[in-house]
Amino acid sequence: MTLLFDGIASGVLLFLISVGLAVTLGLMNFVNLAHGAFAMAGGYVCVTLLNRLGVPFLLTLPAAAAGAALLGVVLERLLYRRLYRASHLDQVLFSIGLVFVAVSSAQYLFGAQQQPLQLPPLLSGQFHLPGMDIGVYRLFLIVVGLALALALQWMVAHTAFGARLRASVDNPRAARGLGIDVDRVFVATFALGSGLAGLGGALGVEMLGLDPEFPLKYIVYFLIVVAVGGSGNIKGPLLASLLLGLFDVAGKYYVPQIGAFVIYAVMLVVLIFRPQGLFGRVVAR
Amino acid sequence: MTPMKTLVGLAAGAALTMSAWAADPVKIGLILPMSGPFAAYGKQIEHGIKLYIAQHGDTYGGRKVEFVLKDDNPGTSGDIDKRLAQELVVKDKVDLLAGFGLTPSAFAVAPLATEARKPMIVMNAATSAITTKSPYIVRTSMTLPQNTAPIASWAAKNGIKTVFTLVADYGPGHDSEAQFKKTFTAAGGQIVGEVRAPVKNPDFAPYLQKIKDTKPDAVFIFLPPGAETIAFMKGFKERGLAQAGIRLISTGDLPDEDILDAIGDSALGLITSFHYSEAHKSPENQAYVAAYYKAYPKDRPNFMSVGGYDGMHLIAAVLNKTGGSTDADKFVDAAKGMKWTSPRGPIGIDPETRDIVQNIYIRKTERVDGKLQNVEFDQVDNFKDPGKQ
Repeated sequence: MTLLFDGIASGVLLFLISVGLAVTLGLMNFVNLAHGAFAMAGGYVCVTLLNRLGVPFLLTLPAAAAGAALLGVVLERLLYRRLYRASHLDQVLFSIGLVFVAVSSAQYLFGAQQQPLQLPPLLSGQFHLPGMDIGVYRLFLIVVGLALALALQWMVAHTAFGARLRASVDNPRAARGLGIDVDRVFVATFALGSGLAGLGGALGVEMLGLDPEFPLKYIVYFLIVVAVGGSGNIKGPLLASLLLGLFDVAGKYYVPQIGAFVIYAVMLVVLIFRPQGLFGRVVAR
Repeated sequence: MTPMKTLVGLAAGAALTMSAWAADPVKIGLILPMSGPFAAYGKQIEHGIKLYIAQHGDTYGGRKVEFVLKDDNPGTSGDIDKRLAQELVVKDKVDLLAGFGLTPSAFAVAPLATEARKPMIVMNAATSAITTKSPYIVRTSMTLPQNTAPIASWAAKNGIKTVFTLVADYGPGHDSEAQFKKTFTAAGGQIVGEVRAPVKNPDFAPYLQKIKDTKPDAVFIFLPPGAETIAFMKGFKERGLAQAGIRLISTGDLPDEDILDAIGDSALGLITSFHYSEAHKSPENQAYVAAYYKAYPKDRPNFMSVGGYDGMHLIAAVLNKTGGSTDADKFVDAAKGMKWTSPRGPIGIDPETRDIVQNIYIRKTERVDGKLQNVEFDQVDNFKDPGKQ
């Protein structure tokens, strides 16, 4: 049972660090390899506030999201918007370049070492239920992750903003013709994606650590989640994360010799049978 | 001007030229990871070298020393190191090669040192076999087996009968695992489980749970110092493995001073074996730590900085001994058997292997004056690298 809980927590952690990318890549169709850079920015906002200014951990989280979102808006206005219509290869080259800039900047500003993070006592430790040990922080991650997923899914599928967003991505010309301010929708969405990345980065520091290499170190995980989940919605990445997390934990527990590869095997199987991802829309773009 | 005076002037001029030739600087080519994932290594080693120069001056054996620093980011790709070493030898005409944060860089440059007949001072890279790759290599850091064997013996002697090993799945992890198993089983201990975790492992939960369910007396871990170590130790604490009676032992590079504060209180009670601790009690170390904080208030002195410091000491002492000659054979001969007191304690260069001989200390991580430190409580004197026996 503990294993099941850990698997879900592990999956939700994957979801939290990748959900921002699910928005920028999945919804906006921009191959944003610099996703990790925004996550890292959020992480640094969090540890800086926490360690230097003594802000409580829970309050650093919205600040991390806001900081990363702000960074997202600035970069979107200055750089990203020029590449919306560029080929995917250009987007890849641009955003991977941005990753290197981010890595060096972080090293210059914060140094190469790991950043310390001390959770408040409220969120650390474990409590025991019959047959199950529950890590408090993991439980917190699960709650936050699921709440976020529900809120996002609802926003994309059931609000006017979600509808405008889907319209703007699928057919910007027609959307403009209908009076949608596509430009503004994109800035808002990009800010949302970056903010989510920042939040995920801040939440992930406790378990993933934080150093300037962060955006490169975990890029594979971000991409796997979005690839397996499929683009264009939020429940895909969520289910993909849970699936991967559960298999990862179970694999490492029962067959530790090959446990590390299970996650890739799952990805392969899913992509063989559903190349567009679990919930991907089959559209030729 | 009388003819006599002209003659004196000429002689003086000639003497000046002579001494200028004698004082031709010794150029030291440093190859270190200064950016990328191992930038902290390069920074610490450079700090050690600079501190030594700041304390002892820059002239040894009548010659000034100069540095040409090359960044071999990421530090794990031998090709880059080989190219940089070639540049240093051919273009910059360096007399010595030094630095080497990680094993691949030392391995890649070793054949070049042999071919170009340049002394090569290894200041960190810790795989046992490195010194065998060129007759001109001298090492001032440590070897992994040298730091692993003592913790295995200590565990066997202190009531730990069963051990679960968890290492990162890469070269140093395998070496550490092999040495631990060898020493521990030879002393009568039993390995009840072994796992090789991926080097970049975001979640240790399943491994920790497996360990908890296996109930060994202790877990021996070897992970890259950094995010993985921090994640493991935090998980170890969160899951209450210590309360379940499981002890955590490792080599001392894991709770290295550079990352100790990032691990936080989860590191308390960890038992490690290592050659250097900031808390080492000796007048030499107190002076070193004080000078380090004065020069680099934002960082903490660690084993890599001492590797650089001692490497620079070795260069200085050899130059003094050879009167400034950097001929590879003379240099290495002078280095062999050299002994001195480093901040880490008494150390020497083994005349047979050109590798470092030093005390290995058993330490426990504790809070000292509000700061996390590795406090030494036992030691093995003059310990040679067991990896070459």
